[in-house]
Amino acid sequence: MLKQLTNVQVWVDDQDEALAFYTEKLGLELREDVTVPEMGNFRWLSVGVPGQPDVAIVLMAVPGPPVFDEETREQIKSLLAKGASGGLFFATDDLQRAYEELKSRGVEFQQEPTEQPYGIDAGFRDPSGNSMRMAQRSDIG
Amino acid sequence: MTYPHPARHLLRARDLVDARYRDPLDVPTLARAARLSPAHFSREFRRAFGEPPHRYLLMRRMERAASLLRNTDRRVAEICLNVGLRSVGSFTTTFHRTFGVTPTAYRAAHPPALDRARVPTCILLAFARPSSSTFGEDGRARSG
Repeated sequence: MLKQLTNVQVWVDDQDEALAFYTEKLGLELREDVTVPEMGNFRWLSVGVPGQPDVAIVLMAVPGPPVFDEETREQIKSLLAKGASGGLFFATDDLQRAYEELKSRGVEFQQEPTEQPYGIDAGFRDPSGNSMRMAQRSDIG
Repeated sequence: MTYPHPARHLLRARDLVDARYRDPLDVPTLARAARLSPAHFSREFRRAFGEPPHRYLLMRRMERAASLLRNTDRRVAEICLNVGLRSVGSFTTTFHRTFGVTPTAYRAAHPPALDRARVPTCILLAFARPSSSTFGEDGRARSG
């Protein structure tokens, strides 16, 4: 049966902008960056959390034809821009410190650190509009 | 470099509401965050999210006020200020229209905040212990 989750995918508006955000602002590491000419210059771009080599985040540009027709592509981009395209949840050992650090790097927070029954969490977005959350859990070891 | 989708600026303004509802935000301030004129901003916001920005802001404040009523023992007037509103009268009216009950009744319908507050046992032990006694220990208890 299924053994392991290896990749999660988020749509992004601009892969270069996303790569800069995820690596330079969030501190993730580049995992793969491969462009395939015979697939219409499809670019497989992934990043990951340092110290967690078995899970990568694929930063996927929203493709046009032949994958999606222009109308569908525009619908996805619109949902993305409206913040309705899912997101990622990160864990941290020191949320307040991570919050201060990310904020100093220009990350836009839509939720400041907030006490929750399970710990403390905060919310921000990537440049494309994907929702990002980080939590310092108190209910798990 | 691709330009962001127009709705991305609207989402930035909506995020500003979620992050700074405590502040005296108004539609012109939100419109500036979205880089649009106030009138155009209000139309586009409504088109993207289904309600005008001032209503989104008001409902965020109501949601936060309800949370504070459930989870704290702050007074209603204080909560009104905590969510960025100044008039307790209009806060109470809007709260009633939104939830169908007054803030006080809403609070009474939920378990007291203390029941769910995660006050550590050491604090409870330290602060709940009577500080002094006007009567001495019962002699029989001492000898027993």
